[in-house]
Amino acid sequence: MSRTFLAKNPSVLTFLLILAIFTLGVTILSEAYGVAFVSTSFVKTLGKTLCLCLVALAMDLVWGYAGILSLGHMAFFAIGGYMLGMWLMYARTEEIVVAALAQGVLPATAEEIRQGIATQIFGVVGASEFPAIWVFAHSFWMQLALVVLVPGVLAAVFGWLAFRSRVTGVYLSILTQAMTLALALYLFQNDSGLRGNNGLSGLQNLPGLDGVSQDRLSVWFLWASAAALGLGYALVAWVVSGKFGSVIRAIRDDEQRVRFLGYSVEGYKLFVFTLTAVIAAIAGALYYPQAGIINPAELAPIASIYLAVWVAIGGRGRLYGAVIGAAFVSVVSSWFTGGRVPDVPLGVYTVQWVDWWSVVLGLSFVLVTLFAPKGIGGLFDLWQGVKSPDRKGAALGPDDGALMEREAQE
Amino acid sequence: MSALLEVSGVSVSFDGFRAINNLSFTIGAAELRAIIGPNGAGKTTFMDIVTGKTRPDSGTVTFGERAVSLLSLSEAQIARAGVGRKFQRPTVFEDQTVHENLIMALKAGRSPWRVLFWREGQADRDRVAALAGEVGLADALPRKAGELSHGQKQWLEIGMLLAQEPRLLLVDEPAAGMTLAEREHTTRLLVEMAKTRAVVVVEHDMEFVRRLDCKVTVLHEGAVLAEGSLDHVTKNQQVIDVYLGRG
Repeated sequence: MSRTFLAKNPSVLTFLLILAIFTLGVTILSEAYGVAFVSTSFVKTLGKTLCLCLVALAMDLVWGYAGILSLGHMAFFAIGGYMLGMWLMYARTEEIVVAALAQGVLPATAEEIRQGIATQIFGVVGASEFPAIWVFAHSFWMQLALVVLVPGVLAAVFGWLAFRSRVTGVYLSILTQAMTLALALYLFQNDSGLRGNNGLSGLQNLPGLDGVSQDRLSVWFLWASAAALGLGYALVAWVVSGKFGSVIRAIRDDEQRVRFLGYSVEGYKLFVFTLTAVIAAIAGALYYPQAGIINPAELAPIASIYLAVWVAIGGRGRLYGAVIGAAFVSVVSSWFTGGRVPDVPLGVYTVQWVDWWSVVLGLSFVLVTLFAPKGIGGLFDLWQGVKSPDRKGAALGPDDGALMEREAQE
Repeated sequence: MSALLEVSGVSVSFDGFRAINNLSFTIGAAELRAIIGPNGAGKTTFMDIVTGKTRPDSGTVTFGERAVSLLSLSEAQIARAGVGRKFQRPTVFEDQTVHENLIMALKAGRSPWRVLFWREGQADRDRVAALAGEVGLADALPRKAGELSHGQKQWLEIGMLLAQEPRLLLVDEPAAGMTLAEREHTTRLLVEMAKTRAVVVVEHDMEFVRRLDCKVTVLHEGAVLAEGSLDHVTKNQQVIDVYLGRG
């Protein structure tokens, strides 16, 4: 089965090959394993970009294929980061506390250690007790399970409520925005149990790996992120390749018709929404240890809007488009906002790209949607000579998420 | 002959307008029936009620030997129970190939998990090829449905209905936009299908109805005005007044 799958989807093999070459290339150029041409911080940026590509892949599945414009998927991404971050912070603090208490005359009891960790972690928000949600924080495997379970259950419950009431189109987008905003506001509170606006920090230090330098860790995380992206790409490509992909694209274009074929549209939407939330959470769990810090600002609605922009610029409805969009926009974005682009003096006014980058991004988003709805992925069609069908401007279906004429391939 | 579908005493109003008024209708398990009536007579609303798109204010709709009420089922459940519907304007999935359209309609498990792990076998390919041949699209299987002509889309939709293997088929104006030869083909197909299942055809075109040569139900203002053979109903003075007289 897998052979025929790869034979029918040559783009998967191409993608995996490019990803492998990229990873190998960065490893060879890294400080830890190669010629030290690429700095450790840039390796981290690349590793984080791979995670963003993975969450963009999830967004493309839910929006580009199933037509659900979710503006809340970065919430699942951040929750995944928080779940793993809790264990990282707990275990790391435990090492420090145990080392400190070892100076004392009497050996520290388990209760003293636990109390010490709580004071260390929650002193910043004026508390010294573990909130109930930290009950599994000592266990790596439990927190790893929660990375998948918490966003999965949240997406399933939210999706069930929304889809069952047949909320679609822009109303659903607003609802998902409200969800991520509500979560962000909740987490900003000091008594939310996740350190309020301080968030979780020091996540780049892996417990038990003190002897391993950040140079090497950054490459390890790059490998893990590349592996996750490769697996995610193969999984999503497999999901959309068969009849399932056919059905969700049909739902995107005309969900009423799908109902009359006997498919429960709500069940499919819920399935896709939950699956993509889990993929987003796994991406987040790999992203934040590389970023080192996570705080509730990561759940701001704007993050999820950026996600939609990446997929739109890359070209929705094709998987490599989402990956290219996320990689391209986030790398260019870090280039512009990193102050590495020279300012443009206009005499009366100096254009500073750090400030003007969001204007450039917004403008290019508008231009892409208006004039090149296929996004960057459309360049491959030009190259391969694929033409858009002439449909006299009609969309491919009556629903809001339906592909537009110029997004379709002949 | 026991009834496959039994609609009794159904009424529905939209904003005070009574679209369906105490309508009763039955059809047997292997029967062809034409429904005619002027615009606004409630033909489409009737189909909406049977397929679950519209909920009636009162009345009952039962289906099958065990007289399952369709009113508590969702559209998808009704479709799975064996009610197929063809829309007036051809609705196929334009971004997908003819093959994909037919595969989706093919009778098989409909739950997300079953569909996710479903893979096309030789039997499915044969069935799709046979269906495509039946509706004259054998050469068009790899083409996108959006490129097909209006008539071909109609055919594709009929093929999808056949693939669903419904026990009751609701067909809204099948002959619209078809050439004479295509109409004859459609007539043959509908008559053939009605040998093994119930087929309800909503049609404006009297010539087409005459060719179907079946029992006719005349709707007017949401209720049944007359029922019987075409010759019988066309002699009915009320029918002449409200429908034939205008046209």
